[in-house]
Amino acid sequence: MDIGETFRMAFSSLRANKLRAILTILGVAVGIFSITLIMTIITALQSSIESGVSALSKNTFQIQKYPAINMGGPGSRAKYRNRPDITLEDYERLDELLTSAKYIGAEEWQFGEQVQYEGDETNPDVSVAGITAEAQNTNDWIVEEGRPINEGDVDRANPVCVLGADVKDNLFPPHINPIGLTVKVSGRPLQVIGYYEKQGDMFGQSRDNFVAIPIGQYHRMFGVHRRSVNITVQSFGDEDYDEVIDEARGHMRTIRKVEPWDEDDFEIFSNESMLEEMNEITGGVEIGAMVVGFIALLAAGVGIMNIMLVSVTERTREIGVRKAIGAKKRNILTQFLSEAVALCLLGGAIGIALGVGLGNFAGSLLNAQAAAPFGWIVGGLLICVAVGVFFGAYPAYKAANLDPIEALRYE
Amino acid sequence: MNIIDIRNIFKIYEIGDVKVHALNDVSLRIDKNEYVAIMGPSGSGKSTLMNLLGCLDTPTSGVYNFTGENVGEMDDNDLAEIRNREIGFIFQTFNLLARSDALHNVELPLIYAGVSASERKERARKALIDVGLEDRVYHKPNELSGGQRQRVAVARALVTRPSIILADEPTGNLDSKTGREIMALFNEIHGQGNTVIVVTHEEDIARHAMRVVRLLDGKIEIDEPVTNRIVPEPVA
Repeated sequence: MDIGETFRMAFSSLRANKLRAILTILGVAVGIFSITLIMTIITALQSSIESGVSALSKNTFQIQKYPAINMGGPGSRAKYRNRPDITLEDYERLDELLTSAKYIGAEEWQFGEQVQYEGDETNPDVSVAGITAEAQNTNDWIVEEGRPINEGDVDRANPVCVLGADVKDNLFPPHINPIGLTVKVSGRPLQVIGYYEKQGDMFGQSRDNFVAIPIGQYHRMFGVHRRSVNITVQSFGDEDYDEVIDEARGHMRTIRKVEPWDEDDFEIFSNESMLEEMNEITGGVEIGAMVVGFIALLAAGVGIMNIMLVSVTERTREIGVRKAIGAKKRNILTQFLSEAVALCLLGGAIGIALGVGLGNFAGSLLNAQAAAPFGWIVGGLLICVAVGVFFGAYPAYKAANLDPIEALRYE
Repeated sequence: MNIIDIRNIFKIYEIGDVKVHALNDVSLRIDKNEYVAIMGPSGSGKSTLMNLLGCLDTPTSGVYNFTGENVGEMDDNDLAEIRNREIGFIFQTFNLLARSDALHNVELPLIYAGVSASERKERARKALIDVGLEDRVYHKPNELSGGQRQRVAVARALVTRPSIILADEPTGNLDSKTGREIMALFNEIHGQGNTVIVVTHEEDIARHAMRVVRLLDGKIEIDEPVTNRIVPEPVA
């Protein structure tokens, strides 16, 4: 008997007990569904992160008081909060010391602000960036028209601003050139000296809905206290990137007088380190999904074993007939095992279809690219086979070892 | 040559401390193309003997040579194989697979024999035609009458061209008219050169055979030719 024949027979006997088969399948479907759903979302996000790169420009890293992604438990936030703020003076010292870097910029961010021009105003969702001139280089903000914020603007804390593409488009109709006009940013009148090229979205969020102003002007508007500056550094190329990071770390420790035995009181992160942290998080979620999935599969497996035992008892006579007309133990064993595996595979296929479908739907809400975790699909099906074989083994063994005489006599 | 050659067979069941001699020193030979009825009241060892003849069981002691092979030394797999190849079973309750159509039921022994799908479909169809069911090939058992079901069972028994046909109360679940039809079919099968063994407790059924073996308390009491044989009219 070939495998096709075996499975054709298995499926036809499942069809005979549709409701029972469906209920049994449900357990497996839920287990596999939970695994594939999570894995699909993670795969979708990861492929978006990796292809969409990136929060930072090429060869750029950032020095911050707080880590980019906080993975610690409760209380860890306090540890970071108690660090001294990174001040503009820290930045200036670093700018002097770190001569190997191509650009060193400082930036601070205020979120949820509003920009007005005469009667028009944007939604109160505009980010205001207080920057030094080189922050435009490290961020790859390229001026489309007008001029960027320059050293002079920063030194004198000039009341000027450069608009992000979204702010310009939202506030001004296409035929009006905003350069030279005065807008109110968070109520303060600033002269528009230029606007940046469009950068596009990341994770469904626009990266163009901001206004850049000189950092001194920013401090006048939003204050200096309890604010920490983010320092962005760009190396000349790939080769010296790690070296520049090491040097920056050393200089920062000196500047902030960190004792040699203490750990850094600042965070340095790069695209790589953010990816790593992201992977750490997704790795945790993956393990969680696997645990949930395996528990569900365990429960489902017990259900399958139960239903197969019932099935063996119900079909005792059939087994007797099959044995009488020449079925060997092996034939009966294969028959019941393949029924258990067929149940599991059917459940698995449903779980995978739903998981990938819903996972991609969820991913699309996060603007992630559609993805299918092929490894997990194949893995999931293999797990189904394993569950079927494992939990189907005992009932199948029981069936195979029935005495044909007893089985034929069974009422 | 004897197809069945049983010598001094014992079958002893132990129920608690009591030993029950279901078969007590039984010897029996059956030749090719014989038509034998095995009779006896319940508890006579009739079923035990049938199980042994059908290679569903092995004797406690004694020798059972079936077509020259010693069944007593066979393991479960060998027994399954010999049942598949050499024995066609017909049961009182038909024992068809309820969810499969007639064709698949008849195919079943050929599946276990490893016959290819196309060949076994052809052979199964031919066997169904031979028992007069050419227009019932795709009917399921619950769409067939009792007589038709037993014909499917007969086709299933014949499809492997076995050495013996072993029927256990083949008319027990049929009305007398249908029963006569089935016995006519048996007569026909026997006429084609098959060896037929019918286990029954009905005299009228036994009288269709050419030889009757009567069991009592695990021993063969009488083994004699049937003198007043009923030869049924062939069914059109």
